[in-house]
This record gives sequence, C-alpha cells and structure tokens, in this order.
Amino acid sequence: MTEKKTLLAALILTLSLALASAPAVAAGEEPAHAEQQDWTFAGVFGTYDRNQLRRGFQIFQQSCSSCHGLEYIAFRNLSEPGGPQYSEEQVRALAEQYTIADPDAEGGEREGIPADRWPDPFPSDQIARDANGGALPPDLSLMAKARSIHLEFPWWIFTYFTAYQEGGADYIYNLLVNYHEAPEGVEMQPGQYYNSFFSGHSIAMPPPLADGMIDYEGEGTPETVEQYARDVAAFLQWTADPHMVHRKELGFRVILFLIGFAVLMYLVKRRIWRDAH
Amino acid sequence: MANHAGNYTPGNGFERWLDERLPIVRFSKEHLMDFPTPKNLNYWWTFGGILAFMLVVQIVTGIILVMHYTPNVDLAFASVQHIQRDVNYGRIIQGTHAVGASMFFAAVYIHIFRGLYYGSYKSPREVLWMLGVIIFILMMATAFMGYVLPWGQMSFWGATVITGIFSALPIIGEPIQILLLGGFSVANPTLNRFFSLHYLLPFIIAAVVVLHIWALHVPGNNNPAGVSVKDNRDTLPFHPYFTMKDLFAIIVFMIPFAWFVFFAPDILGHPDNYIPGNPQVTPEHIVPEWYLLPFYAMLRAIDFNVLFINSKLGGVIVMGGSLLILFVLPWLDRSKVRSGSFRPLFKPFYWLFVLNFIALAYLGAQPAEGVYVVIAKLCTAYYFAYFLIILPLLSRIETPAPLPASISESVLGSDKKAKA
Repeated sequence: MTEKKTLLAALILTLSLALASAPAVAAGEEPAHAEQQDWTFAGVFGTYDRNQLRRGFQIFQQSCSSCHGLEYIAFRNLSEPGGPQYSEEQVRALAEQYTIADPDAEGGEREGIPADRWPDPFPSDQIARDANGGALPPDLSLMAKARSIHLEFPWWIFTYFTAYQEGGADYIYNLLVNYHEAPEGVEMQPGQYYNSFFSGHSIAMPPPLADGMIDYEGEGTPETVEQYARDVAAFLQWTADPHMVHRKELGFRVILFLIGFAVLMYLVKRRIWRDAH
Repeated sequence: MANHAGNYTPGNGFERWLDERLPIVRFSKEHLMDFPTPKNLNYWWTFGGILAFMLVVQIVTGIILVMHYTPNVDLAFASVQHIQRDVNYGRIIQGTHAVGASMFFAAVYIHIFRGLYYGSYKSPREVLWMLGVIIFILMMATAFMGYVLPWGQMSFWGATVITGIFSALPIIGEPIQILLLGGFSVANPTLNRFFSLHYLLPFIIAAVVVLHIWALHVPGNNNPAGVSVKDNRDTLPFHPYFTMKDLFAIIVFMIPFAWFVFFAPDILGHPDNYIPGNPQVTPEHIVPEWYLLPFYAMLRAIDFNVLFINSKLGGVIVMGGSLLILFVLPWLDRSKVRSGSFRPLFKPFYWLFVLNFIALAYLGAQPAEGVYVVIAKLCTAYYFAYFLIILPLLSRIETPAPLPASISESVLGSDKKAKA
C-alpha cells in the first residue's frame, strides 16, 4: 500500500517537475486564443504531406521570400526524403534560377547550385530594415520552433504524452489568418497593421495573403487565405524540422527494441533473484 | 561492512604477479561483484546506477557534439543547426544530450528525495550525503553553462540573469561576475569560458562520484527498513543480483528518455531558444530550465529588504541557503530512526515537502506578480521550516513505530503479509 503511494507520489513529482516549465511559454498579457489545426505531421505517427509542402513552398516562394530569408535550408533539402521531395533535376533547375553572391566567382556572382543555401532577399540586415520601414523581417527557417501557442491548464499536460510539437505551425497559421480592420477607437501607427492574434495586436508585416492570390495547380484545393496559411505553416514546420519523419521512424524501432529488451531483462532478473530469499 | 573479506584468489601466474603490484582485479571483485548489499533494496535504489549511466551518456554525446560545435557568438547558433540538420544522426545525438540533461535531473531528484525519505543522510552516511550535495550543485552549474552554449535567446538572457546573481554579493560580487563573464556583459568571452568549463565540470563530477561511491562502500547501503546490516543473511552480493536489477531499471528508464528524444525533442526546452541570442531584445519572460525552477522561485520570492540586506542580496542568500542547508541536514534531523516508513509524524511533513517543492517549480515558471509572489513566499518558508524547525522538533517528540529486528526479518515479514 505504502509502496503504491510512494510510487504514485514520485511519479507525480517527476512529471510535475518536468511539466512546470510549460505554462511559461506564453504567459504574457492575455495570450490570444489559438485555433489548433489538424496537421498531418502531428503525433507520433504523423508525417509531412508532400503535396501540402509543395503548395506551402509555392506560397513561400511567391509571397514570403520577397522579404524573409530561409537561412538553414539549402536547395538540395527540397529533394530529400520526408520533405517536398522534388526530383534532383527540378531542384537543379530551381537553383539555377537564382543568382548567388560569391566573392570567389567571376564578377562576384554566379548561378545557384543545389548545395547553395536559400539566398537572402536583402544583402544586409540594415538594408532589410530600410526596405521595410525600420522592421527586420525575421528568417523563417526556424520560425515553427521559435514560436508556440498558449495552452490553458490542464491542456498543456497532455502535450507531453501526445508528443505535441505543432505549436509553431499553429502559431503561424493563426497569425496569418487574423489580419483584420482595426476595431473602432484603435489608432494604428503608419506602417503597422492590426492583427488580433499577434502580441500587442500591432504588426509591421502587411497582410501577406489574400484569397485567390496564388494559383494552385489542379483542382480541389481551395485558394483561400486559410488554406494558404495552413500550407505555408506546414512548409515552415518542415524547414524547422526537416528530418522529423526519419527521426520518428527510428524512434519506433528504438522504443520497440527497448520494450522487448526490458521484458527480457526482467525475466533474467527474476530468474537470478528466484533463489535469493 | 568495510571488513568484508574478499574471496579473490588469483587464477594464474599473471594475475598473481599483477595482484602483488596493482590489486585492481581484487579491488573490482570486492567492490563491483562481491560487495554485500542489503537484499531489501527497492527500485528507488536503482537510481544511483541510472545516474551513473546518465553521466556516461552525457559525456559521450557531449564529446561527439564538441566535434561539430563552434564556440563563437556569431557561429554557435548556426553550428547547432548544422549538427541538427547536416551531421549524420546529429539531431538524435544533440537531442539525447539536451533531453539527457532533463532526464539526469529527473533521476537525481528521485535519488535525493529517496534519500530524504529513507534517512540515507544519517549516521554513518553523512559524508556520502554531503558528497551527493556537491555533485548536485556541480550538476546545476554544468547544466546551466551547457544551456548557454546554443546561444539562443534563453541562453543569452539566462546567462545574463544567473551571472547577475553574483553581483548581489557585497564587495566580492562584482569581481566574481566580471571574472565569470570575461567582461562587463555576456559576450564572446563568456561563451568561451562557459564552453571550457562545461567540458571540464563533468569530469570533476565523475571524480566526486568516485568519492561518493567510496563513501558508500565504507558503511554500505542504507535500505528501506533503515536498520543496519547484521549478518550475511541480510545481504546479497552486488553481482549478479544488483547489477541485473540496475540494468533492468536503466533499460526501463531509457523508454521515456527515448520517447522525448525521438518524438518530442524540443518539448522540455523553450521556443525562444530557437531565436539567435540578441543583446538588444529581451524576451518577455526569462525562465531557466525546469530543473532549476524551484531554486529560481526561492530567489525571486525575496522581494523585500531586511535591515541592511536588500531584496536582491536576500534572494541570493535564500537561494544559496536552500542548497547549503542540505549539507547540515544530517545534524538537523536527530531522529535515530532512518526510514520514514517507521516515522508516523514524519511522513505527512515529508509528503508536504515534496508537494511544496513541486509547487516551487511551478511558481518558478510563473511571472513574479500577484498571488504567485505570496504563494512563493509561503512555499519558501515551508522549505526552510522543514529543515530548521520540523525535522529537529520531530526527532524530539515523535514515537517511531517498532522497527524490524533485522533486514531479513523485514523481508520475510513483508512476504508473509503479501501472501496473507
């Protein structure tokens, strides 16, 4: 009985210690409520939807990339397994469309190759600020990991058991769909836009998406802000965590092995201890 | 049990030759195989082995990470991304090291609270306990410096806040802070010395662990009944009984460990640490890693001045005191009965202490405002009251339950109960 109680108590101790860090994630003034989306990469079985990543890449290329960089993504990553998986020829052709600044090349510039990182839209941070009314458009490679959404108690407790790591994608989605007219009485500074999800409601990024602004190939996928936002959020989740699928696959093998190994170890232990008392 | 006779006989001429010059085989046989261990140890005692395993995991993964990491403020963040993206299995090695720190602390907290419940700090194990406290403090220093290395926003600002603690000390405070930082603020020299120390400290921990085990092998293990070993019916040789039990426990421990590494490697960290460290932008809330939160909460709980001690110094004294008090614990709790199982009055206060510690961890993560500050003060007060008032008092007024005559009797007794 006491054994059970101690076991329970210690379990609670470790768990709650581990969990205690969670509520601080977004403990600012009145964190906005986030609409959580169903992501294909959610949970332990989740994988990226290749077509969604391709659509998301299209949004990034046609809308985001004029201001935002993607520092940690090389063209070659786009053909890797688990990602958008373009063919190597497509990636080579894509890279060739870009000019890469290279002090060692003739004239200081050359055509891109698959090994090049995604070129920054601005040559320096200062130039980027000057072009954007003083605000620096952040690099997007890790955006899906550098942001998260606020979950009320007790919901964040479950995230440890569901391996929730979609907070960043949910954040990006909610940010992109929550541009609105400023409500009565709210005065916006010039170069600032009203966003009901963004902390402080005033954001320097103009609304980057509008219904129908980007043509998706083929039928069936709605061309709405919500769909665009979902697709680009999924794409940015991939740029932040490009080897997630491989990691999870390996995880299954490791954990199944460990469980089997633990059972065998337990049987050996019992066998050894049989004559101990 | 220090006098247990080794039954090692050199097997051949070479072993005899070696035994006369360096009796390392004899030593291993006595201490790693034949060492008499109380037979009633429960699974809470496997965390010592788990911790030794975790130290090895951290050192091995750490050494591999150093092969790819660059300790420079302009390159550190990108080099961690390089490890996660381009190094073969880098995401898993880096994840194991980062999650490993959390698992290490989870295990050490269980180990410490096990010691607190079963009175493992009491005579004749005071030195063993104190060495453990030293290891715990070294672990916190190591983990804190390791967290700075990826040079994200929380790394940078965590380093700023924690090194700022030292500046509260009168006279010596500022020189210490400048020495730690290698300048007047957190910058490249800070990163370089933290990197150097983060590599050094684990080996010092390993050395103190050797002393810890040495100090364990003089009086031998405490045990759940808390009564001393009387004869060899009470014990079993360490190998194969406890090597096997510990190995089994380590494998089980690796399952939640692997869960985090493979399925949620970032969930124990803070999203802000995926933003490169920026001295010009302060994060909304600077929060240390979860395992430092209880102590962080006590640091912040002191927001009032006492006489000539201002609130900042007061917080530092309280936080330092919360660790230093553990050193004198063996002399604060004078109860002759070791195991909490036989101390009816001790038990509720102990479990309240556990809950109180969890509450402190929770409060450490909350903004220091409103009702949280009040609760943090109450929790801090109970933390100290437990050691300074409750334990000394209990040892005077408590009537302990009758102790089993010996370990073997307690084992047989519980068997009988289980069958009935």
